[in-house]
Formats: sequence, structure tokens, C-alpha cells
Amino acid sequence: MALRLLSLLALLLIWQIAAHFGNPRLLPGPAAVFAAMWAQASTGALFAALAVTLLRVVAAFVLAMFAGAAIGYAMGRHRALDRLVDPWMVVLLNLPALVIIVLAYIWAGLNEVAAIGAVALNKLPNATVTIREGARALDAGLDEMAEVFALSPWKRLRHVVLPQLAPYLAAATRTGLSLVWKIVLVVELLGRPNGVGFEINIAFQLFDVTLLLAYALPFTALMLLIETLLVQPFERHVSRWRPRAA
Amino acid sequence: MSPAGGPARLEARIARKVVRAASGQSLDVLADLSFALGAGETGALIGPSGCGKSTLLRIIAGLDRHFDGFVHRPARGRIGMAFQEPRLLPWRSVEDNVRLAAPQASGEELDVLFAQLGLADHRAHYPGELSLGLARRAALARAFAVRPALLLLDEPFVSLDAPLARQLRGDLCRLVESREMITLLVTHDVEEAIALADRVFVLSARPARVLGIVPIAKPRGRMDGAQESAIADEIDSVRG
Repeated sequence: MALRLLSLLALLLIWQIAAHFGNPRLLPGPAAVFAAMWAQASTGALFAALAVTLLRVVAAFVLAMFAGAAIGYAMGRHRALDRLVDPWMVVLLNLPALVIIVLAYIWAGLNEVAAIGAVALNKLPNATVTIREGARALDAGLDEMAEVFALSPWKRLRHVVLPQLAPYLAAATRTGLSLVWKIVLVVELLGRPNGVGFEINIAFQLFDVTLLLAYALPFTALMLLIETLLVQPFERHVSRWRPRAA
Repeated sequence: MSPAGGPARLEARIARKVVRAASGQSLDVLADLSFALGAGETGALIGPSGCGKSTLLRIIAGLDRHFDGFVHRPARGRIGMAFQEPRLLPWRSVEDNVRLAAPQASGEELDVLFAQLGLADHRAHYPGELSLGLARRAALARAFAVRPALLLLDEPFVSLDAPLARQLRGDLCRLVESREMITLLVTHDVEEAIALADRVFVLSARPARVLGIVPIAKPRGRMDGAQESAIADEIDSVRG
């Protein structure tokens, strides 16, 4: 922990030195960026943008995870379905995010549904493929046990299937969250009137790097915080039954 | 319905069971195999390894429906089963594993059961923390806790050392005696079959059918050595 803090401080120092010798218009120093951040925070604009973007991240992420888990599970369990849907997943997996976003805006209009749907669709194949691997690896012996002891579908899901899928869900969550928040900024830049991506677009128009960093850094910090405080504890919780290594 | 039909009766008539091997080859595993057990009876299926005993048990448990013939299970009541491997949920404690299968079991019931099987100190442990012997006992506890009308045991003591197997067999004997249920045990151990069963069904090599039925006089487990070896000889003579 101490080492990580030290490493972060070193990064700040390098930034300070680089800003000192460089052009302050292209690379403002940490002090200028924190001042801009403070100014944006005191009017409430920063928090409004963070909140809107975070909501979009959560909505798109939840949508993609639920749909991806359901489709991935079904594909992992039924070979015919897997063969049928797999080519679609390959196409979707290789379609550039930008293409999906632009098409969504053209077909569905410049609205929230198109924005969140486009982000979810970008994340969907990734979640599906990960969960499919998990569903393929499900223990047939435990399935038989659940069948003989006549466990209800809910009990099977909660106590037999989900614990086996947990590592795959955690992996999909981890890669998914970082993917989703990066794409959300693009979606906002291209077609939303608010959010961090929209503010970054304004900063770009004005060539205002200070403003750009004043929005980008807090949001990155927020996502790091979510990863450390929510995703990692969840992973620890679901793997608590495993004998600890070392 | 079944000839001596009662609701609490197990009857299996399997005309044919074919298994397709990974190589694409078809194997006849069971052929013209039939047997029946009445209420409260314990039967042992004994036969050479690889003769299809586990396949038969899976058919009787209702896990495999692809066969020619029929199986009548007791009309009411649940199935309790101990597989060859314990098949406990590794992410749930011993007690939770049992409670999940048997939500109706009261606290006192489980206290008695865990005490009988020597699991009282291991209720909160995860299966990964148990020895194989303890894990097998936990699996037996789960099978008993559902208060089954039909109890199926697939070589429950295989790969355990002899003293432990004997002790568990004794535990099992007491539990079987204390309940009114049909028990079917698969084993390749004659001694085990004699100790637990009212009737021993001797199976042939693949495709398996019943070569003969050897009845065992009660009270179980209280026979002297001469009686036991006489029964073992009888089983051997049936095997041919």
C-alpha cells in the first residue's frame, strides 16, 4: 500500500517537472489542474457531470452483464445454440465500438436509449464469451446431485451454478467496467449534451488541456475507487471457501 | 402395476441399456436385468467392476432416462443418494450442504445425525477442509437428512482404509435399521454386502444381469464368522 502511494507521488512529481519545462498550455502542472478541478467542483458542474456519466456506466454495465450472463450461460449449456449464436458474437466482438455507436445514434436517434444500448452492445460479446467458458466448465456431478436431491431452480442457481460462475463473473466485471466507462465517454462526446465526455469535448474545442484533465482525472479516480472498494471485495467474498494460497 | 405392488416398493426391469463410448462404439451395459425390493428392505448389488453397477444406480435415481424398460420407485417420498465421490458443494459448509438438501430437517434432527456420524465438530467446515472419510460421512448425512423413502449408495466406502470403512459401515447399519426406507447399495465388496443387506443381487459381467439372489438372515451384522463365510461361499457359487 505504502509502495503504491509512493509510486503515485512519483508520478505527480514527474508530471510537475515535465510541466515546468514544457509549454503550460499543452501540459499544465498539477496545481493548475487541481485549481480548475476546485473551480468546477464549487459550481457543482463537476459533480453533475460525474453523476450523469456514472449513471450511464452503471446502466450499460448492468444491462450488458445480465444479458451477457444469460446468453453466455445458455450457449455454454446447449451446443446447438452455441453453434447458432457464436458467429454473431464473433461479428459483434470485431465490430469497432465507434461503428456501433454511430449506427445506434443514426437508427435510434440522439437519445439516452441509443447511448446506453450502444455501450451495452459493445460490452455484451465480451461478457457472453467469458460466461460461456464458465458454463462449459460447470460440474456435471454437482448437477446430478442437485437433480437427485430435487433442489428448486432458485436454489440451484444460487448455491450450485452461481458459485461456480463467480470467478468468470468477476473477470467479466473487471474487464467490463473499464471497457464500459471508456466507451461511455465516446458516446457522450458524440451525442449527449452532458456528462464527462461532453465536457471533454468542450475542452477539446477550446484546446483547454487544464479543463480536460480537471474532468478526466476525477472520473478515472472514481472508477479506480469502485474497482478497489466494490469489485475486489466481491471477488474475495466469493472465493472465501478456497483454501488460501501461501 | 407391479405384481406385489405397494406404494413403498422399488422395482426395476431393464431390458436393455446401451452406452455410446467416445470412440462412437456402442456398448450393451445392461441386459434383461430385473429385481425388486419391498418396504424397509436393503438390497446390495454386487458384481465385477465395470459391469454397469453405477449406470444402473443412475437409472434408478432417475438421472438417466435413456433405456428400454421401467423403474417403479416408491410413490411418495424423496430420494437420498451418496455418490461414489462425496459431491458436496465446496463453497458451502458441511451443515449448509446438508440443510440445502434437507430444509425440512429440524435442528435437533441434525444434531443427532451429525453426532451419529461423528461430524459434530465439523459442521462449520468447508468440504475442502475435510479428509475424504469425513467428506463421505457428510455426504451420508445429507442423504439421510432428507428422510428418504429410497436411499441409494454407490460404493460409499470405496478407497477408505479398512478400519474406517468398518466403522462407517457400522454407523450406516444403525441408521438403516432406525428408518423405514428402501436402501439399495452398490458394492464390489462381499463383506460389505453381507453386513448391510437383506438380499444380495449378484450381477454378471457386462452386459449385466442378475445371476442370482442371496437372502441374508437378520439380524444383520450379528452373525458369527461361520455364517458369514457360508453366505460368502453362496455368493461365490452364484458368481460361478
